[in-house]
Amino acid sequence: MAKNDLQGALDLLILKTLSQLGSMHGYGIVMHIRRVSDETLIVEEGSLYPALHRMEQHGWVRANWAVTDYGRKAKWYALTRTGREQLASREKNWAQVVKGVDAVLRFA
Amino acid sequence: MALLRRILSLGRRAQIDNEIDAELHEHMAMCIDDNMAQGMSREAAERDARKRFGSPTATRERVSAEDAALGLESLWHDVRDALRVFVKSPGFSLVVVATLALGIGANTAIFQLLDAVRMRALPVANPGELAEVRIVGGNRGFGVTDTEFTDFTVPMWQQVKQHHDPFSGVFAWRTDVFQVGFHGESRRFNVLEVSGDFFNVLGIAPVEGRLIEPQDETGCQITRVVASYSFWKSEMGGEPITANTTIRAEGRSVQVLGVTPPSFFGMVVGDRFDLAYPTCTPAHPRAESFVYSVMGRLKPGWTLKQASEYFNALSPGLFAKTAPAGYGSAGLKTWKDFRLGVYPAGAGVSYLRDQYNSSLEILLAITGLVLLIACANLANLMLARASVKKREFAIRMALGASRGRLLRQILLESGLLAACGAILGAGLAQPLSRALVNSLDTSQNTIHLTIVPDWRVLLFAAAVAIATCLIFATLPALRSTGAEPLSSLKSGERGVVGNRERFSVQRAMVITQIAVSMVLLVGALLFVRSYRNLLTLNPGIRERGITVGFFIFPSTNIKPQNLADYKRQMLDDVRAIPGVENAATTTNTPLNGTTWGHYVDVGSANGPSRFTYVSPSYFATLGIPILQGRNFSDRDTNASPLVLIVNQAFIRKYVSAPSPLGVQVHVRPEPQYPERTYQIVGVVPNTKYSDLREAVQIQAFVPIAQLPVTAQNPFVAMLIASRTPAADQLTVGHMLGEKYPGIQMQFSNLHQNVVDHLVGDRMMARLSGFFGFLAALLVVVGLHGVLSYFLAQRRREIGIRMALGASRSRVVAAMLRSACFILLAGLLAGTVLALLAAREASTLLFGLKPWDPVILAAAAVLLAVVTLLASLVPSMRAANVNPLDSLRAE
Repeated sequence: MAKNDLQGALDLLILKTLSQLGSMHGYGIVMHIRRVSDETLIVEEGSLYPALHRMEQHGWVRANWAVTDYGRKAKWYALTRTGREQLASREKNWAQVVKGVDAVLRFA
Repeated sequence: MALLRRILSLGRRAQIDNEIDAELHEHMAMCIDDNMAQGMSREAAERDARKRFGSPTATRERVSAEDAALGLESLWHDVRDALRVFVKSPGFSLVVVATLALGIGANTAIFQLLDAVRMRALPVANPGELAEVRIVGGNRGFGVTDTEFTDFTVPMWQQVKQHHDPFSGVFAWRTDVFQVGFHGESRRFNVLEVSGDFFNVLGIAPVEGRLIEPQDETGCQITRVVASYSFWKSEMGGEPITANTTIRAEGRSVQVLGVTPPSFFGMVVGDRFDLAYPTCTPAHPRAESFVYSVMGRLKPGWTLKQASEYFNALSPGLFAKTAPAGYGSAGLKTWKDFRLGVYPAGAGVSYLRDQYNSSLEILLAITGLVLLIACANLANLMLARASVKKREFAIRMALGASRGRLLRQILLESGLLAACGAILGAGLAQPLSRALVNSLDTSQNTIHLTIVPDWRVLLFAAAVAIATCLIFATLPALRSTGAEPLSSLKSGERGVVGNRERFSVQRAMVITQIAVSMVLLVGALLFVRSYRNLLTLNPGIRERGITVGFFIFPSTNIKPQNLADYKRQMLDDVRAIPGVENAATTTNTPLNGTTWGHYVDVGSANGPSRFTYVSPSYFATLGIPILQGRNFSDRDTNASPLVLIVNQAFIRKYVSAPSPLGVQVHVRPEPQYPERTYQIVGVVPNTKYSDLREAVQIQAFVPIAQLPVTAQNPFVAMLIASRTPAADQLTVGHMLGEKYPGIQMQFSNLHQNVVDHLVGDRMMARLSGFFGFLAALLVVVGLHGVLSYFLAQRRREIGIRMALGASRSRVVAAMLRSACFILLAGLLAGTVLALLAAREASTLLFGLKPWDPVILAAAAVLLAVVTLLASLVPSMRAANVNPLDSLRAE
């Protein structure tokens, strides 16, 4: 059985974004997902930050304070090794979920 | 690692909070920057960012909630908050902690005693492997039994010593008493007689010298002993043991081989041995005398059941070989049908266990119930506080606090109080247990019990604390956080009529309290009356002013046939002392627990009877009238016809002839007591024999001069009646010491001995009385509190009623009505519970039924009076409510 819940999807989006961008702050993650998904996926701050902090506690991401291109201090997040393993397993999991949901939808 | 970092930063909550704040703030700022870059005005950009972000506080709360370390941190925060609350209301906290400490302390104290007496293992190596061999079902009164723990005769022990496959080692032991010290100032000490392997099998190592070993089982003259640690310290000054270390015991010098470790108190829980000496194999052991307790250590792989089967199979041969001579065929059949079984012995043996087990269990139940009542009071107190805090909680919930968070805080507060109470209680339990043990000491016997809180005791205290916490805290906590914030904010405490549901819960609690305290009061009255019945019971013999003397003659050779004359001479000497009203010799002292009997045939009837051999002065000394026939005289000796005085119970059971005088009583043979035929010459009334509680005993008396010569012993018990027992005891002791050099004397007081037997009843009467009183007091406090609270809630309602013309008396009546309802319901439930509970205590009661109607009525009336008194004050206060004030107060 593929593990499937909304939180899992959010975690997956964040992990993937960080793997693509290397390291990024919360606002940048929101903007990236929004831009890449053509404005269809808008991550709410109220969910993003608890998720980031939870992932930091699990040791999937590490964080440090740095200055942005525009001169603002921000907390930058980057994947750790466990985070990358986590991403790989979640991606596989997600593919299964999509396949499963698809099969249900196509059932005539 | 991040989590570690967070935990390390515990206590720096402000910093973590700041970090989260900063992060979220920067997020907003970037959002605003972007908006402005897209051409919005600053105000519009900020408005848009805020709209998208939502409530910053809520987001921050959610982020911190993810933080495990912050969870711990907020727990610590709650603890600090709770402590602050306690400091702010010290009276409340003190009442709660003190109540809990006393309640938990009393419970733990009694549990600790139960633990020490019943559950604690002996301080020996692997006590779980120890097992005891006993006759299944006991020896059925056969022969002579030394103590309730001795089930083996010497020949039986010798058989088991050779055949014990299930055991890696076996040993025999018994308790004994020694006179230690030089003549004239010798004192009695508790002694163990042990077989050679005793210490080896138990796995006890000496702290000084060596312990008894198999090669020490030599002659029956006592030449060497082992001392207990406490004896060594207090009587021998703790001097090192050498080959020349001796003490004076039983009138001779004996060598002290070594000292046992401090923790080893012997085999009897509640006693402490002072010296131990090796057994010997007498040339002609008495085969009907049960003197030893036999134990062994199970070999690995053997279970108790397998061991029992082994000894069961061994039994027929063993009992055939060891059968005593001198019994008829019926007696021998009983003997040969005995079977041995194996029982666990890791906790040792104990008189206390047999004597006080049910008392302690009932006491534990009583203290548990008192704690329950106290908990109900505390719950009411917490409930009253919770309703005050209701608005605070409503506001906090409206601001986004979760119910769980608030619940946690309330439960934490109560938990801290319960923990304080439990710690104090566990501390308090130590002196309480010790006081309880001391209250069971008697003039003759001191209980030595190691009372240390072990893991069972601590676990018990913790469990009680958690249970109390759940009882007194959960309901108020659920109640105060369960309210809908809006309605609670709207009405606050200003409802015209109080919440019905809340009242019904408190009402139910007070009803429970009354019911439970009814049970306790009934119990208290039962135990107090039972004790009084025992104290005022007329045993049919003179109890006061009777000194019991026990005299052991010096081992100089008095021939058995001269012992009767020797004893009569000694009695005459005592009776000649001025101040001595009368004196008598007897083979059995009444009311001290010992018994002696024979099996009789009277015509066609047969059965057992108690037999006591007494001097002619016995009946006069104890004030027993001769109802029919004649008393014994000095002319009744072994040279004259054998005569018997019997009691009325004997006649009712065995004698069918119209006049009992002259009836022949045939006594069946036993070792040392040959077959005999007596003639009844007198009748005495039924008197108490060995114990106050026993039913009427069938008794027969024989002149002590007609004691069979073979049964004569070089000791005698004497009952001395006088007006000043203490002084006369000294005179008697002085005279005998001079005239009969070398005689050993022990004195006690008959009345004191009887009272000593009642210490258990005294403890139950005192403690149940105390707790019953306490329960009633707690009910008064609880009811007063609840009624005052009702009043506070209904002040406005009463004000309106009075403004509309209700008279004061009607208001008071309304208040009292609700109190009466509570009282009636409580008494009803209490009566049912008390009847159920009293059945459990029936075996401990004397001279009254557990459902004694007078006692039930007395308890109900007592409770009714205190309840009405408790409700009168708040009711009167209700009547004094000034309508104007109470309405204006809003």
